[in-house]
Amino acid sequence: MADLVNLASWILIVAGSLFCMIGALGLLRMPDLFTRMQAASLVDTLGAALLLLGMILQAGFSLVTAKLIIIGLLLFFTSPTATHALARAARARGVEPMLADESAARQASSKRVEGGQNQS
Amino acid sequence: MRLVSTFLILFAFWLLLSGHYTAFLMTAGALCALGVVLFARRMDVVDHEGHPVHLAPRALLVYWPWLLKEIAVSAVQVSAIILHPRLPISPTLVRVPSTQKTDVGRTTFANSITLTPGTISVEVAEDEILVHALTRNGAHSLADGEMDRRVTRFESA
Repeated sequence: MADLVNLASWILIVAGSLFCMIGALGLLRMPDLFTRMQAASLVDTLGAALLLLGMILQAGFSLVTAKLIIIGLLLFFTSPTATHALARAARARGVEPMLADESAARQASSKRVEGGQNQS
Repeated sequence: MRLVSTFLILFAFWLLLSGHYTAFLMTAGALCALGVVLFARRMDVVDHEGHPVHLAPRALLVYWPWLLKEIAVSAVQVSAIILHPRLPISPTLVRVPSTQKTDVGRTTFANSITLTPGTISVEVAEDEILVHALTRNGAHSLADGEMDRRVTRFESA
């Protein structure tokens, strides 16, 4: 039983690390700020969740588990807020995302709210 | 009611983080929790927004499991895109209508969008959210509105 829990926790930790590494690779491969943020979101969602789950299995039913759950909840609520703030700040300062369809880009920037210079 | 539950949650939080259950430390924890509750009440932030306990059961049992599943599925999709040799992305900006009535609901929807890998909410307005999606497909499936419907149902709990 203990072996089984150990094994499961190792699988989870390795899978979590794998997602973190894929996220980092995406960060390098993606062409612009917004797409890089998309890659980075792998790290703080599934990467972090799997790592925390693996550590919870290692810790068993203890105070450490409660603390790990609290860390998970903290990430769950704060990381989207930080990502949103970064995306919004980038757009407000005139960083336009690279888009696949140029017509969609024009429509979006013509409806843009005031507050930043349009660089294009 | 909300004051009492805020106090209980803060006190439980203290106990979990401290791990020492001596009389002195527990009294200190209770006093601190009480102090925070009093400050929060003075600041008028203990309301349905700052402390939305009424949403907790539905969040835990219905919405979060579904959201976690969505996050896992789209994380795998985004990983496949990153590992693909040709990097098949088609970044798209899309305006997604949001039908939530409360600020808590809108925040939940915007945060859920951002939490799901492949989509980021960039700007939030009254009845729509500007979303940056990594692929055209991701944008379309979000515009279909399943997440929006689920959040609206969740908020009206």
